[in-house]
Amino acid sequence: MVTPSYIAQQLINALNIGSIYALVAIGLTVVYGILRLINFAHGDMMTIGAYVALTAVTALAMPAVAALLVAMLVVSALGVLIERLAYRPLRGAPEVAMLITSLAISSLIENGATMTLTAQPRPVRLAAELTQRVNALGLSFAVMDVLIIVLAVGLMIALTLFVRRTTLGIAMRACSENVRITQLMGINVNRVIAVAFAISAGLAAAAGVLWTGKFGIVDPFTGFLPGLKAFVAAVIGGIGNIPGAMLGGYLLGFAEVFFVAFMPPEVSGYRDAFVFVLLLVVLLVRPTGLLGAHEVNRA
Amino acid sequence: MKRLMPLVSIAVVMGLASLAQSALNDYYQRILAVIAINVILAVSLNLTNGYSGDFSLGHAAFMAIGAYTSAILTLPVRTKAVVLPDLPPWLSQVELPFILAPLISGGLAALVAFIVGLPVLRLRGHYLAVATLGLMVIVQVIALNWQPFTRGARGINGLPPFTTVLWAYGWMLITIAVIWRIVHSSFGRAMMAVREDELAAACRGVPIFRTRLLAFVCGAFFASIAGALWAHLITAITPSSFSFLITFNVVAMVVIGGSGSITGSVIGAVLMTLLPELLRRLETALAIGGQPLYGLSQIVIALMMLGVMLFRPQGLMGRRELPEVLALIGTGSTTHSPHVNTTSEKTA
Amino acid sequence: MLSVQNLHVYYGHIHALKGISLEINAGEIVALIGSNGAGKTTTLATLSGLLRPREGHIHFEGRDLTRLPVYQIVQLGIVHCPEGRQVFTRLSVTENLRLAASHRTDHTNVARDLEHVHHLFPILAKRRNQPAGTLSGGEQQMLAIGRAIMSRPRLLLLDEPSLGLAPMIVEMIFGVIASLRRDGVTILLVEQNAYRALQLADRAYVMETGHIKASGPSRALADDPAVKAAYLGG
Repeated sequence: MVTPSYIAQQLINALNIGSIYALVAIGLTVVYGILRLINFAHGDMMTIGAYVALTAVTALAMPAVAALLVAMLVVSALGVLIERLAYRPLRGAPEVAMLITSLAISSLIENGATMTLTAQPRPVRLAAELTQRVNALGLSFAVMDVLIIVLAVGLMIALTLFVRRTTLGIAMRACSENVRITQLMGINVNRVIAVAFAISAGLAAAAGVLWTGKFGIVDPFTGFLPGLKAFVAAVIGGIGNIPGAMLGGYLLGFAEVFFVAFMPPEVSGYRDAFVFVLLLVVLLVRPTGLLGAHEVNRA
Repeated sequence: MKRLMPLVSIAVVMGLASLAQSALNDYYQRILAVIAINVILAVSLNLTNGYSGDFSLGHAAFMAIGAYTSAILTLPVRTKAVVLPDLPPWLSQVELPFILAPLISGGLAALVAFIVGLPVLRLRGHYLAVATLGLMVIVQVIALNWQPFTRGARGINGLPPFTTVLWAYGWMLITIAVIWRIVHSSFGRAMMAVREDELAAACRGVPIFRTRLLAFVCGAFFASIAGALWAHLITAITPSSFSFLITFNVVAMVVIGGSGSITGSVIGAVLMTLLPELLRRLETALAIGGQPLYGLSQIVIALMMLGVMLFRPQGLMGRRELPEVLALIGTGSTTHSPHVNTTSEKTA
Repeated sequence: MLSVQNLHVYYGHIHALKGISLEINAGEIVALIGSNGAGKTTTLATLSGLLRPREGHIHFEGRDLTRLPVYQIVQLGIVHCPEGRQVFTRLSVTENLRLAASHRTDHTNVARDLEHVHHLFPILAKRRNQPAGTLSGGEQQMLAIGRAIMSRPRLLLLDEPSLGLAPMIVEMIFGVIASLRRDGVTILLVEQNAYRALQLADRAYVMETGHIKASGPSRALADDPAVKAAYLGG
């Protein structure tokens, strides 16, 4: 059963899931780095992204890649709007106020989608050229599998360049060290935070489109679990650290896929439990994560 | 007179509960019992989220532990042989009375909380939020997969309907009394010191980690008892009974009622039980084009929470308790509660 | 240039500044001295907009600053170089400097200022690609001042630039402060080392528990027996 091609298939699978977790984890980590907010509504940005793309494809007959871009743009704008209306008024309030707000926003989105779109899962059908299988290097894989990896890696490279090279990107990293001092550099921190939310939500939307493309289904709660798992990925990599989120995403993707692939069937059903036990272990052994800077206890 | 007040109110509540139990129909009895269970949940969650300044989202998980444990322990031996035939003998031969089962469930949940709290509570408070949400997923997955004990997705039904209005209100009073005592003890003052200023508390020799851990463990104990009560009220449990929705609604009760006020949690629990009950009727009544508006009641709750965070972050009660409010009304004065400079009231 | 009237600032319930008034004229170095907790750092933080006064006004060239966001105050030319250096440790030296100039649109001058910073502090040029967290304390202070220069200050608020530094580096920093004044930068200097501050400054204000206790030309204050006893070690 454990043939080389089976292992290769699992590798592709792990790269797929890992890429998506990485995209979601980046968004969590960027916002956490600046605002110390664990954004519980982050997974829901995936859901909305998936619905927007689905609508763009089915109702407007857009090609898949265009739909992906539209979804990213719409959800980015939504992320900025949510920040403006719900989080900015809480600047300076206790951290927990923003956390509660993000829970409420998550509930608002999930139930809003339930009310307007019903909880009925919708099929996501990909164009034939995306599902067709390719045989290369002795491997067989779907075009979509490769596309997920290429798109995710492309987005991560673009983000890395943005964060390293542009002034706004440098300002974002500065903010995650110290928002007060960043202001003293003559930087409009509100604008930086808005950009962080736009990037965060946009990447989540992309992840949501890829996720639903892979699994072929979307419902109002699609993003909940991957959003939560992406937090585990961010913690593994060191929360607040962008390369850490990417690393954590891939590590988690591999751990999860290989857990299912190589554990006996009566154990593999515990996949999701395994992920969160992993979180507890990381928090116990290395709470700052693999690449994380030291964070003072509840400072 | 003042010292008799608690005893009098206990007598009044229990009297009313037994009256309700004999006079009201099943539907209203069930709502009354649910209110009491929600009060237990909200008051116990308040211990971590309101008093020690951490943020737990673990109540659904602890409820599930309580519900399943109590179900397995109280199911009649003969039923068990049919429903859960693969239980190990030391469990399949057990049939505990309803006074013992919730206590054991509570102990088990407290143990789990201890194990989770040990690594997580050394970190910033909001890591607890994610870790406890993770715990919820872990518990759900176990309930879904551990066939011999839980019957997986089918769940366990036909539980003995032990939970009456009297049982529910009895446990509710015990919970309130115990947590009231905790909060007003030196341990409670230690918790509040940790919430207000951890560094200062540490300097004064408050054992911070132990204090936060104890608050979390106590909260889990009572959440588990609430889960057991709920299981024997509904008489059927499945893994999906204990979803994030439950946790979210309990958080809403605490936040809306006022984090750090037991009275607030009670008010929040009553409000957040009755309001969705009314709204759920509206969901079907307002059916637009034959489509019921499912989700409407949760949307209203979420909007209320957003409103509270923006306009009244201390919740309805702030950190005041009923006796203080009564005293205020009595003297007609508007002095603040005796708790020292509360952060939320400053921003008000 | 800067005029402050009757400033009251609170931290929660603590009344930190109790009616501060002061004036700074263009081209001056003004020192703010006083013991720990007197309110010196609070004063600077209020001038740069990090803290908001509950009462009182701050006018910079006739413009009221009390409602402006911090970044706009910086763009008017009030640059605050905070206590404890506060460089971004995970950003490189160059990124720190670049960030401080990011609001400027005079790109040719930015390039010239960068050269000037490298000229004043050659070590920063050498370490340009290193994370600022790997610099020594003295180097971080140089970076902090370099960063302030990159923001093109007209009024520079300097908080404890010599704190915890080796004597040689203190000399160097004070030399740079003097040269900044020659370049036309007005400076408000907060210093523990009152002796050095009074040497360098034209005028000074003495603060005590949220009040201004004395003010005047540096020389006069340095000779004042009360100031001498309290801050200059007799």
